[in-house]
Amino acid sequence: MKNRLIIAALLTGTVALGACKPKAPDQLPPDPVETTAPDIDDGNFGQQQGAQLGSQQHFVDAVNGQNVIFFDTDRYNIDSADAAALQTQAMYLQRYPQLNITVEGHCDERGTREYNLALGERRANAAKNYLVSLGVSPDRIRTVSQGKERPVDTASNESAWARNRRAVSIVIS
Amino acid sequence: MKHLLAFTALFALAPPAAAQDLGERVPEGAAVESILSDDDGEEGLSGGEVIDELALQNLDIVIAGFAADRDVPTAANANGTAALGKEIGRVVFGNLKNNGLFKPTGPDSVPQPSFAQITAPSWGTWTSRSTEMLVHGYVQARPDGRLTVGCYLYDVTLQDELVRGGWVVQPRDWRRAAHKCADLVYSRLTGESPFFDSRIAYIAETGPKDNRTKRLAIMDSDGANHRFITTGRSTALTPRYSPDYSKLLYLSYVDGNPRIYVYDIGTGRQTLITENRNPTFAPRWSPDGKWILYSMAVAGDTDIYRVSSQGGPSVRLTNTPGIDIGGSYSPDGSKIVFESDRSGVQQCYVMDADGSNQKRISFGGSRCATPEWSPRGDQIAFTNASNFHISVMSPSGGNVRTLTDGWQDEAPTWAPNGRIIQFFRTERGSGKTGLWQVDLTGRNERRLPTPVDASDPAWGPILP
Repeated sequence: MKNRLIIAALLTGTVALGACKPKAPDQLPPDPVETTAPDIDDGNFGQQQGAQLGSQQHFVDAVNGQNVIFFDTDRYNIDSADAAALQTQAMYLQRYPQLNITVEGHCDERGTREYNLALGERRANAAKNYLVSLGVSPDRIRTVSQGKERPVDTASNESAWARNRRAVSIVIS
Repeated sequence: MKHLLAFTALFALAPPAAAQDLGERVPEGAAVESILSDDDGEEGLSGGEVIDELALQNLDIVIAGFAADRDVPTAANANGTAALGKEIGRVVFGNLKNNGLFKPTGPDSVPQPSFAQITAPSWGTWTSRSTEMLVHGYVQARPDGRLTVGCYLYDVTLQDELVRGGWVVQPRDWRRAAHKCADLVYSRLTGESPFFDSRIAYIAETGPKDNRTKRLAIMDSDGANHRFITTGRSTALTPRYSPDYSKLLYLSYVDGNPRIYVYDIGTGRQTLITENRNPTFAPRWSPDGKWILYSMAVAGDTDIYRVSSQGGPSVRLTNTPGIDIGGSYSPDGSKIVFESDRSGVQQCYVMDADGSNQKRISFGGSRCATPEWSPRGDQIAFTNASNFHISVMSPSGGNVRTLTDGWQDEAPTWAPNGRIIQFFRTERGSGKTGLWQVDLTGRNERRLPTPVDASDPAWGPILP
């Protein structure tokens, strides 16, 4: 009951924040699509045809690409753009309580390897803690740090590094 | 400050998944028996703190092919002991040349001495070539199948023997006899401790930058006897050799999470360092091998822990909010230098081995990361994580000197003698990595050849 009220409030907030662009300069390419069956329950998030509930694509489509949040150098705080993205993720997870997620924490290449492993873990936990504060059970959220081992942009410049400092939510069906 | 944790390290129980990424077991090395060691006990040519590099560079030193008493078949060389002798000379030459301090001449450029000339050099041959220092040696096949290798260093000007050494090795360990000889010559001429007869653990890298395959690998200090430990199915990072070379600590994603494992080289099996669901990073041995430091993130907060290498409960050594990570013992085991961002950015701190008296030592205005205490105790190497250059400082944080200037150099570790630092360099853009060595002057820098890209090098001590 309480959760539902929070979600309703968050929905309003998300709409208001919807115009905010994520900090990263470029939109991330979508993850690989799994299109095996028509979507039978697309609920409030079902603008897309084809992506099946439980797939990463269904999640990415439903949260409008906001399954990734971005961080400043050395930072792990959740800013307003991150908060809006995580609120959208929380609503999705409340809508589909059968789904769990892994939050991957990533860093840019301009850090030492071991520190980046710890920093990625801190970023993943910051995202997790925010989702938990929105009512998502901590048991549904696993975290894993990838440090600087898995960049999404392989260039060596400021915009690539900004795209790589991220926490990525991935649905586990 | 210290918290006895409820969880215990389970060295005896390996999760089934842990074995899945391991390749074929690596054979353990045998000890090398030392004979005819009668160093005259004199100090090296330069007894002072700083080696006179120019004098060593200008020293005309010749390493001749080692002579065989009889050319007989050996498991160490398909062409017999005479060919093996030439190869041993080449390995000694390679060690001394790649070290950067010397400009030696090798066995392929000088006459091959006979067996009798090893203990009675043909002085005229060498004085006419202006040779100043001469390395001779022999190899002898023993009835028990092993090899005896002798090594002599002569001062040609004085026509006098400076030092000799001899070793009995299994045929498969013949390179170790060559490294022992190079160590003997290096030590006698520089006054420094030896380091060639040692091994390096590192991470071999292949594949695209956004999906690198990273395998645990080991090799001799000159790159020979290279072996992969893991298959590459899961990412391996940050290995550390135990002081007795019997184990490796390293990070593996084999169960999907970054966690530290202890790999036993003798049994080819590995175990988790702590039976715990939290991620663990940055493993380190104490100099006596009795303790292991590791860092563990709990709810995003990383602290440094200590556990006995025999297992048992872990003790938390740091408890400030933020990332406390790494840790490197002073040679006497009494202190630990480590990295923390408790001030806002990465800086280096020193604490007592029990976690007390934590004090920041780096105040240079740059980030200080991956500090490593020299085996000699007089310096701490670290990554300047603002410009990514390898630097050294005194244990109190003073006398900071920058040794390298790559685009991204990180993770220094020391040669066993505390005179050479190994690190890895990443190229801008491509992300290609390689192992590099630099001496304490910063002037002698070289890339260590590896079969594929390489990172996270860690030197073991001098072999027994």
